[in-house]
Amino acid sequence: MLEINQLEKCFGTTQVLKSIDLSVKPGELVFVIGPSGSGKSTMLRCCNRLEEPTSGSILLDSEHVTECHGRALDKMRLKIGMVFQGFHLYPHKSVLANVMLAQVKALKRSKPEAKARAMEMLEHVGLAHKADAMPSELSGGQQQRVAIARALALDPKVMLFDEPTSALDPELVGSVLKVMKQLRQEGMTMLVVSHEMEFAREAADRVVFMDGGVVVEAGPPEDIFGNPKSERLRAFLSRLQPTTAA
Amino acid sequence: MSFLDTFFDGAVMAKYLPDLLAALVTTLWLSAAIVIAGLALGLVLACLRTLGRWYLTLPIVAFADISRALPPLVVILVFYFGLPGLGIRLSGPMVLFIVLGGVLAAFAEEIFWAGLTSVPKGQWEAGRATGLSFMQTLFDIALPQAIRLGIPSLVNRALAITKMTALGSVIGVKEILSVSSSAQSFSGSATPLTMAALAYLAIFLPVVIFARLLEKRYT
Repeated sequence: MLEINQLEKCFGTTQVLKSIDLSVKPGELVFVIGPSGSGKSTMLRCCNRLEEPTSGSILLDSEHVTECHGRALDKMRLKIGMVFQGFHLYPHKSVLANVMLAQVKALKRSKPEAKARAMEMLEHVGLAHKADAMPSELSGGQQQRVAIARALALDPKVMLFDEPTSALDPELVGSVLKVMKQLRQEGMTMLVVSHEMEFAREAADRVVFMDGGVVVEAGPPEDIFGNPKSERLRAFLSRLQPTTAA
Repeated sequence: MSFLDTFFDGAVMAKYLPDLLAALVTTLWLSAAIVIAGLALGLVLACLRTLGRWYLTLPIVAFADISRALPPLVVILVFYFGLPGLGIRLSGPMVLFIVLGGVLAAFAEEIFWAGLTSVPKGQWEAGRATGLSFMQTLFDIALPQAIRLGIPSLVNRALAITKMTALGSVIGVKEILSVSSSAQSFSGSATPLTMAALAYLAIFLPVVIFARLLEKRYT
C-alpha cells in the first residue's frame, strides 16, 4: 500500500533521514517510535510531501508520490489523510465547515453530498452534535477527533498520524485512541508516530523503532517491547519505563 | 458678535447649503472610490507577495515603503502641477483618487501581509494536506483569518486616508473643505466652516460607529 524506499532528507548540512525503508500493507497499523529528533515526524511528513525528500521514493498503491507536481500532487494528497499534533482546525469555520471544505474544493463534491459525508464522519468520531460549534468551543480531544473526521471524509487510502495525542491533556487521550482503534478495526491503513506505548502494544501490527535518522529495529509489538534486540532500543525503552508507569 | 452669529449664522447657512451639499456628495463618492480601490489593490498586492517571488516582492515592498513615507500632499502637488509638464494632464479628483487610493493600498498591503504572516504554518499545512491548492488554501483558509486580524487597523487607516480628501482643496477639487473655505472668504462668516465640520461628521461618524460594530463582531 505505502512503500518508502531509501528515503533521505537533509536540512542544510544535517542529514535527518538516512536511507529509510518502510512499507505499510493494506489494513496494517504501523507504529513508529523513537526519541525526539530521531526523524520520525520528518519521515511521516515526507509521505505527503509537506517535507520535500532529498532523495528516495515513496509509492502509494504503486503510484509515485515523490514524482507528483502541482495538481497531481494535490490529487495524491487526497488519498493520504493526515492528522497533526496541533489539530490545525480552521478557527474561522464551524466544525461542519471544517470537514466539508476540502470535500467541496478539492474533491469537487456537491455541498449536500459533502455535508452528508461530513455528518457521517462526525457521527463516527462521536461529535455529530458539535457540527455547528466553532473549533474554539471544543476540548483538545474533540478538536483532534474533528481533525480525524476532516481527513477521513476525503476517503483516503492511508492515514498518517503525527503525534496525535501529544498535545492533549492525559484525560482526553483515551477518546482519540478509541477512534483510532475503531479505524483499525474497520481496516484503515495507518502509519502512526506516537509516544503512546500502551496503545502500540495493544493495537499495532508492527512497531518501527527509529533513532538518528535510521530504522534501528522493526517487528511485531511483542518482540519490540518484550524482546528488544538492539542496545539502542533497550536504552530507549528503559528510559521510557518510569513515565509509562506514572 | 455673539458665538451663534459667528458659527451658526442662519442666513449664511441657507445661502451656502446647496453648494455644501454638492461638495458633500463629491467627498462621499471620492472617499468611497478611494476606499474600494485602495483596499482591493492592497489585498491583491499582499496576495502576490505570498507567492514569494523576489521580482514581485521587491516592487511591492518598494511601493509600500515609498507610499507610506511620502506626505500625500507632496505627491498630490507633484501629480497635479508636475505631470502636465510631461503632457499628462489629470483632473483634480483623478489626482486625489490615484494618490490617496495608492497610499491606502500601501498601508492595506502591509496590514493584510502582517495578517497573513501571523496565520500559523499549521493552517497552511492542514489545507495543503487535504488536497487544497496553494490558491485555495490562501483564499479559503489564510486570507479570511488575515482579514479578521486586520479589520481594526484597516478601518482606522481607511478613515485617516479618506479624511485627506480635504487636501483636494489645494488643487481645486470642489470637496467639502474647499467649498466651505471659499464660502467663508466670500461671506466673511465662519459659519460655512461649521457646516463643513458637520458635513464631515455626517459622513464619518456613521463609519466610525459601523467600524466599532465590525470590530466587536470579529475580535
